[in-house]
Amino acid sequence: MCGNEAMSESAIQAGCDAYFGYPITPQNEVTAYMSKRMAEEGRVFIQSESELAAINMVFGASATGKRSMTSSSSPGISLMQEGISYLAAAELPCVIVNVMRGGPGLGNIAPSQGDYFQAVKGGGHGDYHCIVFGPSGVQEFVDVMPLAFDLADIYRIPVMILADGILGQMMEPVTIPKNSKLKTKNSKLPKKDWALTGAEGRKQNIVRSLWLADGVVEQHNYDLQAKYRQIGKNEIRCEQYKVDSADIVVVAYGIAARIVRGAVDKARQQGIKVGLIRPITLWPFPSEQISKAAEELRIFLVVEMSCGQMVEDVRLAVAGKSPVVFWGRPGGGIPTVEQVFEQIRELTIKPKKK
Amino acid sequence: MMQKVFTRPQTLKDCPTHYCPGCGHGIAHRLIAEVIDELGIRGKTIGIAPVGCAVLAYDYLDVDMVEVAHGRAPAVATGMKRTNPDKIIFSYQGDGDLAAIGTAEIIHAAHRAEQFTVIFINNAVFGMTGGQMAPTTMLGQITATTQEGRTPASHGYPLQVSELLAILPGAIYIERCALSGVPQIRNAKKALRHAFELQMNNAKGLSLVELLSPCPTYWRLSPPDAMLWIQNEMTKVFPLGKLKG
Repeated sequence: MCGNEAMSESAIQAGCDAYFGYPITPQNEVTAYMSKRMAEEGRVFIQSESELAAINMVFGASATGKRSMTSSSSPGISLMQEGISYLAAAELPCVIVNVMRGGPGLGNIAPSQGDYFQAVKGGGHGDYHCIVFGPSGVQEFVDVMPLAFDLADIYRIPVMILADGILGQMMEPVTIPKNSKLKTKNSKLPKKDWALTGAEGRKQNIVRSLWLADGVVEQHNYDLQAKYRQIGKNEIRCEQYKVDSADIVVVAYGIAARIVRGAVDKARQQGIKVGLIRPITLWPFPSEQISKAAEELRIFLVVEMSCGQMVEDVRLAVAGKSPVVFWGRPGGGIPTVEQVFEQIRELTIKPKKK
Repeated sequence: MMQKVFTRPQTLKDCPTHYCPGCGHGIAHRLIAEVIDELGIRGKTIGIAPVGCAVLAYDYLDVDMVEVAHGRAPAVATGMKRTNPDKIIFSYQGDGDLAAIGTAEIIHAAHRAEQFTVIFINNAVFGMTGGQMAPTTMLGQITATTQEGRTPASHGYPLQVSELLAILPGAIYIERCALSGVPQIRNAKKALRHAFELQMNNAKGLSLVELLSPCPTYWRLSPPDAMLWIQNEMTKVFPLGKLKG
Protein backbone atom coordinates (compact mmCIF):
# COMPACT_ATOMS: atom_id res chain seq x y z
CA MET A 1 0.00 0.00 0.00
CA CYS A 2 1.26 3.47 -0.76
CA GLY A 3 0.98 6.23 1.82
CA ASN A 4 -2.11 7.71 0.21
CA GLU A 5 -3.97 4.39 0.34
CA ALA A 6 -2.79 3.45 3.83
CA MET A 7 -3.85 6.85 5.17
CA SER A 8 -7.25 6.48 3.48
CA GLU A 9 -7.88 3.09 5.09
CA SER A 10 -6.83 4.52 8.43
CA ALA A 11 -9.38 7.32 8.00
CA ILE A 12 -12.07 4.73 7.29
CA GLN A 13 -11.07 2.78 10.40
CA ALA A 14 -11.23 6.05 12.35
CA GLY A 15 -14.91 6.36 11.47
CA CYS A 16 -14.80 8.79 8.58
CA ASP A 17 -18.44 8.99 7.43
CA ALA A 18 -17.86 10.96 4.26
CA TYR A 19 -15.03 11.74 1.86
CA PHE A 20 -15.25 14.52 -0.73
CA GLY A 21 -12.44 15.26 -3.15
CA TYR A 22 -11.32 16.36 -6.57
CA PRO A 23 -8.50 14.60 -8.44
CA ILE A 24 -5.08 16.21 -8.30
CA THR A 25 -1.62 14.68 -8.47
CA PRO A 26 0.15 13.44 -6.29
CA GLN A 27 -2.83 12.33 -4.17
CA ASN A 28 -5.03 10.62 -6.74
CA GLU A 29 -4.73 7.26 -4.98
CA VAL A 30 -6.88 8.72 -2.21
CA THR A 31 -9.90 9.48 -4.39
CA ALA A 32 -9.60 6.15 -6.19
CA TYR A 33 -9.26 4.18 -2.94
CA MET A 34 -12.06 6.06 -1.22
CA SER A 35 -14.45 5.64 -4.15
CA LYS A 36 -14.20 1.86 -3.73
CA ARG A 37 -13.87 1.45 0.03
CA MET A 38 -16.42 4.03 1.16
CA ALA A 39 -19.02 2.35 -1.06
CA GLU A 40 -18.12 -1.04 0.46
CA GLU A 41 -18.63 0.45 3.91
CA GLY A 42 -21.94 2.05 2.92
CA ARG A 43 -20.52 5.48 3.55
CA VAL A 44 -20.38 8.59 1.40
CA PHE A 45 -17.90 9.28 -1.38
CA ILE A 46 -18.30 12.12 -3.87
CA GLN A 47 -15.92 13.21 -6.58
CA SER A 48 -16.74 16.89 -6.48
CA GLU A 49 -16.66 19.39 -9.34
CA SER A 50 -13.90 21.42 -7.67
CA GLU A 51 -11.96 21.79 -4.46
CA LEU A 52 -14.27 24.70 -3.60
CA ALA A 53 -17.19 22.29 -3.71
CA ALA A 54 -15.28 19.51 -1.90
CA ILE A 55 -14.48 21.62 1.15
CA ASN A 56 -18.05 22.91 1.27
CA MET A 57 -19.40 19.37 1.09
CA VAL A 58 -17.15 18.66 4.06
CA PHE A 59 -18.68 21.73 5.72
CA GLY A 60 -22.19 20.39 5.11
CA ALA A 61 -21.51 16.88 6.40
CA SER A 62 -19.59 18.23 9.38
CA ALA A 63 -22.40 20.66 10.27
CA THR A 64 -24.69 17.67 10.72
CA GLY A 65 -22.20 16.04 13.09
CA LYS A 66 -20.66 13.53 10.70
CA ARG A 67 -16.96 12.78 10.52
CA SER A 68 -15.83 14.05 7.15
CA MET A 69 -12.62 14.68 5.28
CA THR A 70 -11.10 15.82 2.04
CA SER A 71 -7.67 15.57 0.51
CA SER A 72 -5.87 17.49 -2.17
CA SER A 73 -2.50 18.86 -3.16
CA SER A 74 -1.15 22.39 -2.98
CA PRO A 75 -3.08 24.23 -5.76
CA GLY A 76 -6.28 22.52 -4.67
CA ILE A 77 -5.66 23.38 -1.03
CA SER A 78 -5.36 27.03 -2.07
CA LEU A 79 -8.87 26.79 -3.52
CA MET A 80 -10.12 25.35 -0.24
CA GLN A 81 -8.91 28.25 1.89
CA GLU A 82 -12.27 30.04 1.76
CA GLY A 83 -14.03 26.98 3.12
CA ILE A 84 -11.37 26.30 5.75
CA SER A 85 -11.79 29.84 7.11
CA TYR A 86 -15.56 29.24 7.39
CA LEU A 87 -15.00 25.85 9.04
CA ALA A 88 -12.64 27.43 11.57
CA ALA A 89 -15.08 30.29 12.21
CA ALA A 90 -18.10 28.01 12.62
CA GLU A 91 -15.96 25.64 14.75
CA LEU A 92 -16.71 22.60 12.64
CA PRO A 93 -14.50 19.53 12.95
CA CYS A 94 -13.00 17.97 9.85
CA VAL A 95 -9.77 16.51 8.49
CA ILE A 96 -7.94 17.91 5.46
CA VAL A 97 -4.95 16.14 3.93
CA ASN A 98 -2.51 18.16 1.83
CA VAL A 99 -0.10 15.99 -0.17
CA MET A 100 2.15 18.92 -1.03
CA ARG A 101 3.72 19.40 -4.45
CA GLY A 102 6.07 21.95 -5.97
CA GLY A 103 4.77 25.51 -6.29
CA PRO A 104 3.96 28.36 -6.61
CA GLY A 105 1.29 28.28 -9.30
CA LEU A 106 0.80 24.97 -11.03
CA GLY A 107 4.43 24.24 -10.14
CA ASN A 108 5.09 20.56 -10.64
CA ILE A 109 4.02 17.24 -9.19
CA ALA A 110 7.23 16.61 -7.24
CA PRO A 111 7.24 16.48 -3.42
CA SER A 112 7.61 19.79 -1.63
CA GLN A 113 7.05 21.55 1.68
CA GLY A 114 6.14 24.94 0.28
CA ASP A 115 2.72 25.17 1.95
CA TYR A 116 3.94 25.42 5.55
CA PHE A 117 3.02 29.09 5.93
CA GLN A 118 -0.41 28.52 4.42
CA ALA A 119 -1.09 25.58 6.74
CA VAL A 120 0.15 26.90 10.08
CA LYS A 121 -0.58 30.62 9.82
CA GLY A 122 -4.23 30.23 8.87
CA GLY A 123 -4.17 30.31 5.09
CA GLY A 124 -7.59 31.84 4.54
CA HIS A 125 -8.92 35.17 5.79
CA GLY A 126 -9.23 36.07 9.44
CA ASP A 127 -7.49 35.14 12.69
CA TYR A 128 -7.62 31.38 12.97
CA HIS A 129 -5.56 28.22 13.14
CA CYS A 130 -5.96 24.61 12.16
CA ILE A 131 -4.19 21.88 14.08
CA VAL A 132 -1.46 20.79 11.65
CA PHE A 133 0.43 17.50 11.65
CA GLY A 134 3.59 16.80 9.65
CA PRO A 135 4.09 13.02 9.60
CA SER A 136 7.45 11.75 8.41
CA GLY A 137 6.69 8.18 7.35
CA VAL A 138 3.82 6.08 6.08
CA GLN A 139 3.19 4.52 9.51
CA GLU A 140 2.97 7.95 11.10
CA PHE A 141 0.72 9.13 8.24
CA VAL A 142 -1.55 6.23 9.18
CA ASP A 143 -1.32 6.70 12.95
CA VAL A 144 -2.11 10.38 12.83
CA MET A 145 -5.52 9.90 11.16
CA PRO A 146 -7.56 8.65 14.15
CA LEU A 147 -5.87 11.27 16.31
CA ALA A 148 -6.73 13.97 13.77
CA PHE A 149 -10.42 12.99 13.75
CA ASP A 150 -10.53 12.81 17.56
CA LEU A 151 -8.82 16.18 18.07
CA ALA A 152 -11.10 17.75 15.44
CA ASP A 153 -14.13 16.55 17.42
CA ILE A 154 -12.71 17.44 20.82
CA TYR A 155 -11.73 20.99 19.90
CA ARG A 156 -14.27 21.56 17.09
CA ILE A 157 -11.50 22.57 14.72
CA PRO A 158 -10.29 21.66 11.22
CA VAL A 159 -7.19 19.45 11.39
CA MET A 160 -4.74 19.44 8.51
CA ILE A 161 -2.24 16.72 7.69
CA LEU A 162 0.69 18.22 5.85
CA ALA A 163 2.16 15.37 3.84
CA ASP A 164 4.06 15.51 0.57
CA GLY A 165 4.40 13.63 -2.69
CA ILE A 166 6.93 11.16 -1.27
CA LEU A 167 4.78 10.20 1.71
CA GLY A 168 1.76 9.85 -0.54
CA GLN A 169 3.48 7.67 -3.11
CA MET A 170 5.96 5.74 -0.96
CA MET A 171 5.25 2.12 -0.07
CA GLU A 172 6.23 0.88 3.39
CA PRO A 173 4.96 -1.96 5.55
CA VAL A 174 2.35 -0.52 7.88
CA THR A 175 -0.07 -1.62 10.56
CA ILE A 176 -3.41 0.07 10.26
CA PRO A 177 -5.27 0.33 13.56
CA LYS A 178 -8.80 -1.14 13.28
CA ASN A 179 -11.90 0.66 14.55
CA SER A 180 -9.70 3.39 15.87
CA LYS A 181 -12.40 5.93 16.70
CA LEU A 182 -11.51 5.94 20.34
CA LYS A 183 -10.93 8.29 23.15
CA THR A 184 -7.94 10.55 23.13
CA LYS A 185 -6.06 10.96 26.39
CA ASN A 186 -8.87 9.11 28.19
CA SER A 187 -11.25 11.99 27.62
CA LYS A 188 -14.51 11.00 26.02
CA LEU A 189 -15.38 12.54 22.70
CA PRO A 190 -17.77 15.41 23.36
CA LYS A 191 -21.43 15.15 22.41
CA LYS A 192 -22.20 17.06 19.24
CA ASP A 193 -25.25 18.83 20.62
CA TRP A 194 -24.53 21.75 18.30
CA ALA A 195 -25.06 19.66 15.15
CA LEU A 196 -27.86 20.25 12.68
CA THR A 197 -30.03 17.17 12.93
CA GLY A 198 -33.50 18.68 12.58
CA ALA A 199 -34.92 20.55 15.56
CA GLU A 200 -37.17 17.70 16.73
CA GLY A 201 -38.20 18.42 20.30
CA ARG A 202 -35.60 21.09 20.85
CA LYS A 203 -34.76 24.69 19.98
CA GLN A 204 -33.21 25.29 16.58
CA ASN A 205 -29.45 24.92 16.16
CA ILE A 206 -27.65 27.44 13.99
CA VAL A 207 -24.17 27.00 12.53
CA ARG A 208 -22.88 30.40 11.50
CA SER A 209 -19.90 32.69 11.23
CA LEU A 210 -21.64 36.06 10.81
CA TRP A 211 -22.51 38.26 13.76
CA LEU A 212 -23.38 41.81 12.88
CA ALA A 213 -23.93 43.18 16.38
CA ASP A 214 -21.16 45.32 17.79
CA GLY A 215 -18.36 43.40 19.48
CA VAL A 216 -19.71 39.88 18.92
CA VAL A 217 -17.12 38.83 16.33
CA GLU A 218 -14.43 40.42 18.48
CA GLN A 219 -15.54 38.26 21.40
CA HIS A 220 -15.77 35.22 19.10
CA ASN A 221 -12.12 35.82 18.18
CA TYR A 222 -11.12 35.98 21.86
CA ASP A 223 -12.96 32.70 22.42
CA LEU A 224 -11.17 31.10 19.48
CA GLN A 225 -7.82 32.32 20.78
CA ALA A 226 -8.59 30.85 24.21
CA LYS A 227 -9.28 27.53 22.52
CA TYR A 228 -6.02 27.80 20.55
CA ARG A 229 -4.09 28.43 23.78
CA GLN A 230 -5.68 25.32 25.27
CA ILE A 231 -4.61 23.30 22.23
CA GLY A 232 -1.11 24.77 22.53
CA LYS A 233 -0.98 23.56 26.13
CA ASN A 234 -2.25 20.05 25.47
CA GLU A 235 -1.43 18.92 21.97
CA ILE A 236 2.16 19.72 21.03
CA ARG A 237 3.96 16.66 19.71
CA CYS A 238 7.62 16.57 18.90
CA GLU A 239 10.44 14.03 18.58
CA GLN A 240 13.97 14.69 19.81
CA TYR A 241 16.77 12.54 18.44
CA LYS A 242 20.29 12.65 19.94
CA VAL A 243 19.77 16.25 21.02
CA ASP A 244 21.16 16.02 24.57
CA SER A 245 24.83 15.96 23.72
CA ALA A 246 24.56 17.88 20.46
CA ASP A 247 26.45 21.00 19.42
CA ILE A 248 24.37 21.26 16.30
CA VAL A 249 20.60 20.78 16.31
CA VAL A 250 18.84 20.22 13.01
CA VAL A 251 15.13 21.06 12.92
CA ALA A 252 13.10 19.41 10.18
CA TYR A 253 9.62 17.93 9.74
CA GLY A 254 7.91 15.45 7.45
CA ILE A 255 9.91 13.59 4.86
CA ALA A 256 12.74 16.13 5.15
CA ALA A 257 13.20 15.01 8.77
CA ARG A 258 13.54 11.43 7.57
CA ILE A 259 16.39 12.49 5.29
CA VAL A 260 17.96 14.60 8.03
CA ARG A 261 17.92 11.61 10.38
CA GLY A 262 20.09 9.72 7.93
CA ALA A 263 22.49 12.65 7.78
CA VAL A 264 22.58 12.94 11.58
CA ASP A 265 23.50 9.24 11.88
CA LYS A 266 26.22 9.65 9.30
CA ALA A 267 27.62 12.73 11.04
CA ARG A 268 27.54 10.98 14.42
CA GLN A 269 29.57 8.12 12.92
CA GLN A 270 32.19 10.72 12.06
CA GLY A 271 32.16 12.13 15.56
CA ILE A 272 30.07 15.25 14.86
CA LYS A 273 27.79 15.96 17.79
CA VAL A 274 24.50 16.62 16.05
CA GLY A 275 20.87 15.92 16.90
CA LEU A 276 17.41 16.37 15.40
CA ILE A 277 14.29 18.07 16.67
CA ARG A 278 11.31 16.95 14.62
CA PRO A 279 8.04 18.82 15.16
CA ILE A 280 5.15 16.37 14.64
CA THR A 281 2.56 19.05 15.25
CA LEU A 282 3.45 22.06 13.12
CA TRP A 283 0.65 23.99 14.76
CA PRO A 284 0.78 24.16 17.68
CA PHE A 285 4.53 24.46 17.19
CA PRO A 286 7.00 22.95 19.71
CA SER A 287 8.45 26.37 20.50
CA GLU A 288 9.12 25.50 24.13
CA GLN A 289 11.12 22.39 23.26
CA ILE A 290 13.21 24.35 20.76
CA SER A 291 13.61 27.27 23.15
CA LYS A 292 14.84 24.87 25.84
CA ALA A 293 17.34 23.31 23.46
CA ALA A 294 18.59 26.80 22.60
CA GLU A 295 19.46 27.60 26.21
CA GLU A 296 22.82 25.95 25.68
CA LEU A 297 24.74 27.67 22.92
CA ARG A 298 24.27 25.51 19.85
CA ILE A 299 23.92 26.02 16.16
CA PHE A 300 20.43 25.40 14.80
CA LEU A 301 20.18 24.20 11.22
CA VAL A 302 16.69 24.20 9.73
CA VAL A 303 16.23 21.95 6.71
CA GLU A 304 13.08 22.21 4.62
CA MET A 305 11.91 21.39 1.12
CA SER A 306 11.11 25.07 0.62
CA CYS A 307 12.90 28.42 0.56
CA GLY A 308 12.60 28.64 4.33
CA GLN A 309 9.24 28.83 6.07
CA MET A 310 9.38 26.84 9.32
CA VAL A 311 12.74 28.51 9.95
CA GLU A 312 10.80 31.64 10.94
CA ASP A 313 9.05 29.76 13.74
CA VAL A 314 12.36 28.25 14.82
CA ARG A 315 13.93 31.74 14.97
CA LEU A 316 10.99 32.97 17.07
CA ALA A 317 11.47 30.03 19.43
CA VAL A 318 15.25 30.40 19.64
CA ALA A 319 14.78 34.16 20.15
CA GLY A 320 18.40 35.03 19.49
CA LYS A 321 19.81 32.62 22.07
CA SER A 322 21.69 30.60 19.43
CA PRO A 323 22.46 31.11 15.75
CA VAL A 324 19.89 29.73 13.30
CA VAL A 325 20.96 28.69 9.81
CA PHE A 326 18.68 27.59 6.98
CA TRP A 327 19.24 25.20 4.13
CA GLY A 328 16.58 23.86 1.80
CA ARG A 329 15.50 22.96 -1.69
CA PRO A 330 12.24 24.41 -3.08
CA GLY A 331 10.04 23.62 -6.05
CA GLY A 332 10.20 19.83 -5.87
CA GLY A 333 13.92 19.54 -5.16
CA ILE A 334 14.58 16.63 -2.77
CA PRO A 335 17.55 16.98 -0.41
CA THR A 336 19.86 13.97 -0.22
CA VAL A 337 21.48 12.61 2.93
CA GLU A 338 24.83 13.65 1.43
CA GLN A 339 23.70 17.23 0.91
CA VAL A 340 22.35 17.57 4.44
CA PHE A 341 25.47 15.90 5.85
CA GLU A 342 27.57 18.43 3.96
CA GLN A 343 25.58 21.29 5.51
CA ILE A 344 26.12 19.82 8.97
CA ARG A 345 29.83 19.29 8.32
CA GLU A 346 30.31 22.86 7.15
CA LEU A 347 28.91 24.11 10.46
CA THR A 348 31.73 22.32 12.29
CA ILE A 349 34.41 24.25 10.39
CA LYS A 350 35.56 27.22 12.42
CA PRO A 351 35.58 30.45 10.40
CA LYS A 352 39.11 31.57 9.41
CA LYS A 353 40.46 34.54 11.29
CA LYS A 354 40.87 37.67 9.23
CA MET B 1 -67.33 31.65 20.42
CA MET B 2 -64.98 33.21 17.92
CA GLN B 3 -62.65 30.82 16.14
CA LYS B 4 -59.10 31.78 15.12
CA VAL B 5 -58.82 30.98 11.42
CA PHE B 6 -55.52 32.60 10.51
CA THR B 7 -52.33 32.65 12.51
CA ARG B 8 -48.59 32.83 12.25
CA PRO B 9 -47.02 29.52 11.21
CA GLN B 10 -45.15 27.88 14.10
CA THR B 11 -41.98 27.71 12.02
CA LEU B 12 -42.02 31.50 11.49
CA LYS B 13 -40.64 33.31 14.52
CA ASP B 14 -42.64 36.10 16.08
CA CYS B 15 -40.30 39.00 15.45
CA PRO B 16 -39.93 41.95 13.09
CA THR B 17 -37.67 41.34 10.09
CA HIS B 18 -34.83 43.53 8.85
CA TYR B 19 -36.19 43.52 5.30
CA CYS B 20 -37.17 46.72 3.46
CA PRO B 21 -40.86 47.59 3.06
CA GLY B 22 -42.29 45.68 0.11
CA CYS B 23 -39.46 43.15 -0.03
CA GLY B 24 -40.35 39.64 -1.20
CA HIS B 25 -38.21 37.74 1.33
CA GLY B 26 -40.87 38.06 4.03
CA ILE B 27 -43.47 36.46 1.75
CA ALA B 28 -41.07 33.68 0.73
CA HIS B 29 -40.14 32.99 4.38
CA ARG B 30 -43.78 32.75 5.34
CA LEU B 31 -44.57 30.34 2.51
CA ILE B 32 -41.67 28.08 3.51
CA ALA B 33 -42.80 28.16 7.15
CA GLU B 34 -46.40 27.33 6.21
CA VAL B 35 -45.32 24.42 4.03
CA ILE B 36 -42.98 23.02 6.73
CA ASP B 37 -45.81 23.21 9.28
CA GLU B 38 -48.39 21.67 6.97
CA LEU B 39 -46.09 18.80 6.05
CA GLY B 40 -45.09 18.33 9.70
CA ILE B 41 -41.38 18.25 8.85
CA ARG B 42 -39.92 20.90 11.19
CA GLY B 43 -38.12 18.23 13.19
CA LYS B 44 -36.24 16.88 10.22
CA THR B 45 -35.64 19.95 8.11
CA ILE B 46 -32.28 21.71 7.74
CA GLY B 47 -32.11 25.02 5.89
CA ILE B 48 -29.17 26.82 4.33
CA ALA B 49 -29.04 30.60 4.47
CA PRO B 50 -27.29 32.44 1.64
CA VAL B 51 -24.92 35.37 1.56
CA GLY B 52 -27.15 38.27 0.66
CA CYS B 53 -30.16 40.01 2.21
CA ALA B 54 -31.51 36.69 3.53
CA VAL B 55 -28.28 35.76 5.33
CA LEU B 56 -30.17 36.07 8.61
CA ALA B 57 -33.03 33.78 7.48
CA TYR B 58 -32.37 31.67 10.59
CA ASP B 59 -33.55 34.61 12.69
CA TYR B 60 -37.00 34.15 11.15
CA LEU B 61 -37.28 30.46 10.23
CA ASP B 62 -37.38 28.28 13.33
CA VAL B 63 -35.58 25.23 11.91
CA ASP B 64 -31.99 24.02 12.15
CA MET B 65 -30.02 26.25 9.80
CA VAL B 66 -26.52 26.88 8.59
CA GLU B 67 -25.01 29.95 7.00
CA VAL B 68 -22.48 29.26 4.28
CA ALA B 69 -20.04 30.95 1.94
CA HIS B 70 -21.40 32.88 -1.03
CA GLY B 71 -22.62 30.52 -3.73
CA ARG B 72 -21.55 27.30 -2.02
CA ALA B 73 -24.94 26.27 -0.65
CA PRO B 74 -25.51 23.46 -3.20
CA ALA B 75 -22.16 21.90 -2.20
CA VAL B 76 -23.01 22.23 1.49
CA ALA B 77 -26.48 20.80 0.84
CA THR B 78 -24.86 17.88 -1.01
CA GLY B 79 -22.67 17.09 2.00
CA MET B 80 -25.70 17.28 4.29
CA LYS B 81 -28.14 15.27 2.23
CA ARG B 82 -25.73 12.50 1.28
CA THR B 83 -24.85 11.92 4.92
CA ASN B 84 -28.45 12.42 6.09
CA PRO B 85 -30.75 11.04 3.38
CA ASP B 86 -33.71 11.03 5.80
CA LYS B 87 -33.56 14.80 6.37
CA ILE B 88 -35.30 17.47 4.30
CA ILE B 89 -32.62 19.87 3.10
CA PHE B 90 -33.25 23.18 1.40
CA SER B 91 -31.01 26.01 0.29
CA TYR B 92 -32.34 29.54 0.03
CA GLN B 93 -30.33 31.50 -2.51
CA GLY B 94 -30.52 34.83 -4.26
CA ASP B 95 -29.57 35.64 -7.81
CA GLY B 96 -26.03 36.72 -6.89
CA ASP B 97 -25.52 33.60 -4.81
CA LEU B 98 -27.03 31.12 -7.27
CA ALA B 99 -26.72 32.75 -10.69
CA ALA B 100 -23.33 34.46 -10.35
CA ILE B 101 -20.79 33.11 -7.86
CA GLY B 102 -22.45 29.74 -7.33
CA THR B 103 -23.16 28.62 -10.90
CA ALA B 104 -20.68 25.73 -10.78
CA GLU B 105 -22.13 24.40 -7.52
CA ILE B 106 -25.78 24.52 -8.63
CA ILE B 107 -25.14 23.01 -12.05
CA HIS B 108 -23.14 20.14 -10.61
CA ALA B 109 -25.62 19.51 -7.81
CA ALA B 110 -28.32 19.18 -10.48
CA HIS B 111 -26.04 17.13 -12.69
CA ARG B 112 -25.38 14.68 -9.83
CA ALA B 113 -29.14 14.50 -9.19
CA GLU B 114 -28.74 15.61 -5.59
CA GLN B 115 -31.99 15.19 -3.68
CA PHE B 116 -32.45 18.55 -2.04
CA THR B 117 -34.56 21.61 -2.76
CA VAL B 118 -33.32 24.99 -3.92
CA ILE B 119 -35.44 28.08 -3.33
CA PHE B 120 -34.09 30.62 -5.77
CA ILE B 121 -35.03 34.23 -5.09
CA ASN B 122 -34.69 36.20 -8.32
CA ASN B 123 -35.08 39.92 -7.80
CA ALA B 124 -32.82 40.96 -10.67
CA VAL B 125 -30.44 42.87 -8.45
CA PHE B 126 -27.82 42.53 -5.67
CA GLY B 127 -29.67 43.82 -2.62
CA MET B 128 -27.26 43.40 0.28
CA THR B 129 -24.30 45.16 -1.32
CA GLY B 130 -26.27 48.16 -2.55
CA GLY B 131 -28.16 47.41 -5.73
CA GLN B 132 -25.53 46.28 -8.21
CA MET B 133 -26.24 44.38 -11.42
CA ALA B 134 -27.06 40.69 -11.04
CA PRO B 135 -26.78 38.14 -13.84
CA THR B 136 -30.59 38.27 -13.87
CA THR B 137 -30.78 42.08 -14.19
CA MET B 138 -33.11 43.07 -17.02
CA LEU B 139 -31.89 44.84 -20.15
CA GLY B 140 -32.18 48.57 -19.61
CA GLN B 141 -32.43 48.17 -15.84
CA ILE B 142 -30.56 50.82 -13.90
CA THR B 143 -28.40 49.53 -11.06
CA ALA B 144 -25.40 50.81 -9.10
CA THR B 145 -23.08 49.21 -11.66
CA THR B 146 -25.23 49.79 -14.77
CA GLN B 147 -26.02 53.44 -14.25
CA GLU B 148 -27.12 53.97 -17.86
CA GLY B 149 -29.07 50.73 -17.86
CA ARG B 150 -27.93 47.19 -18.66
CA THR B 151 -26.87 46.75 -22.28
CA PRO B 152 -26.09 43.45 -24.01
CA ALA B 153 -22.87 44.87 -25.46
CA SER B 154 -21.40 45.79 -22.08
CA HIS B 155 -23.11 43.45 -19.63
CA GLY B 156 -24.57 40.53 -21.54
CA TYR B 157 -28.11 39.24 -21.24
CA PRO B 158 -30.27 38.26 -18.26
CA LEU B 159 -29.30 34.72 -17.25
CA GLN B 160 -32.10 32.17 -17.16
CA VAL B 161 -30.76 29.67 -14.66
CA SER B 162 -33.93 27.63 -14.37
CA GLU B 163 -34.03 27.02 -18.12
CA LEU B 164 -30.35 26.01 -18.03
CA LEU B 165 -30.96 23.55 -15.20
CA ALA B 166 -34.13 22.11 -16.69
CA ILE B 167 -32.22 20.40 -19.50
CA LEU B 168 -30.22 18.32 -17.01
CA PRO B 169 -31.61 14.83 -16.33
CA GLY B 170 -30.65 15.17 -12.65
CA ALA B 171 -33.05 18.08 -12.16
CA ILE B 172 -36.48 16.50 -11.69
CA TYR B 173 -38.62 19.49 -10.82
CA ILE B 174 -38.06 23.11 -11.83
CA GLU B 175 -40.81 25.71 -11.58
CA ARG B 176 -40.75 29.49 -11.82
CA CYS B 177 -43.30 31.36 -9.74
CA ALA B 178 -43.76 34.99 -8.72
CA LEU B 179 -44.51 36.77 -5.49
CA SER B 180 -46.36 39.51 -7.34
CA GLY B 181 -49.99 38.90 -6.41
CA VAL B 182 -52.30 36.62 -4.46
CA PRO B 183 -52.87 33.97 -7.16
CA GLN B 184 -49.14 33.87 -7.97
CA ILE B 185 -48.22 33.60 -4.29
CA ARG B 186 -50.70 30.75 -3.78
CA ASN B 187 -49.14 29.00 -6.74
CA ALA B 188 -45.67 29.56 -5.33
CA LYS B 189 -46.74 27.84 -2.12
CA LYS B 190 -48.01 24.86 -4.11
CA ALA B 191 -44.67 24.64 -5.89
CA LEU B 192 -42.70 24.78 -2.64
CA ARG B 193 -44.92 22.13 -1.15
CA HIS B 194 -44.41 19.90 -4.18
CA ALA B 195 -40.63 20.32 -3.99
CA PHE B 196 -40.55 19.31 -0.30
CA GLU B 197 -42.89 16.40 -0.98
CA LEU B 198 -40.52 15.11 -3.63
CA GLN B 199 -37.81 14.94 -0.98
CA MET B 200 -40.15 13.27 1.49
CA ASN B 201 -40.92 10.68 -1.20
CA ASN B 202 -37.22 10.14 -1.84
CA ALA B 203 -37.54 11.31 -5.45
CA LYS B 204 -34.23 10.92 -7.26
CA GLY B 205 -33.10 14.38 -8.23
CA LEU B 206 -32.92 18.09 -7.60
CA SER B 207 -35.99 20.27 -7.11
CA LEU B 208 -35.80 24.02 -7.61
CA VAL B 209 -38.45 26.70 -7.22
CA GLU B 210 -37.53 30.10 -8.64
CA LEU B 211 -39.44 32.98 -7.11
CA LEU B 212 -39.54 36.32 -8.93
CA SER B 213 -39.42 38.60 -5.96
CA PRO B 214 -39.83 42.37 -5.55
CA CYS B 215 -36.98 44.65 -4.50
CA PRO B 216 -38.68 48.09 -4.40
CA THR B 217 -35.60 49.70 -2.81
CA TYR B 218 -33.18 48.98 -5.64
CA TRP B 219 -35.76 49.01 -8.39
CA ARG B 220 -36.61 52.52 -7.16
CA LEU B 221 -40.32 51.68 -7.29
CA SER B 222 -43.11 51.75 -4.75
CA PRO B 223 -44.08 48.32 -3.40
CA PRO B 224 -47.28 48.15 -5.55
CA ASP B 225 -45.37 49.28 -8.66
CA ALA B 226 -42.67 46.67 -7.95
CA MET B 227 -45.37 43.97 -8.00
CA LEU B 228 -46.61 45.32 -11.34
CA TRP B 229 -43.05 45.42 -12.72
CA ILE B 230 -42.70 41.69 -12.02
CA GLN B 231 -45.97 40.94 -13.80
CA ASN B 232 -45.48 43.30 -16.75
CA GLU B 233 -41.72 43.22 -17.32
CA MET B 234 -39.86 40.43 -15.51
CA THR B 235 -42.19 37.66 -16.66
CA LYS B 236 -41.38 38.54 -20.30
CA VAL B 237 -37.78 37.40 -19.75
CA PHE B 238 -38.52 34.97 -16.94
CA PRO B 239 -41.84 33.36 -17.96
CA LEU B 240 -43.78 31.69 -15.16
CA GLY B 241 -44.61 28.03 -15.12
CA LYS B 242 -43.26 24.55 -14.76
CA LEU B 243 -40.05 24.00 -16.71
CA LYS B 244 -39.56 20.40 -15.61
CA GLY B 245 -41.44 17.68 -13.76
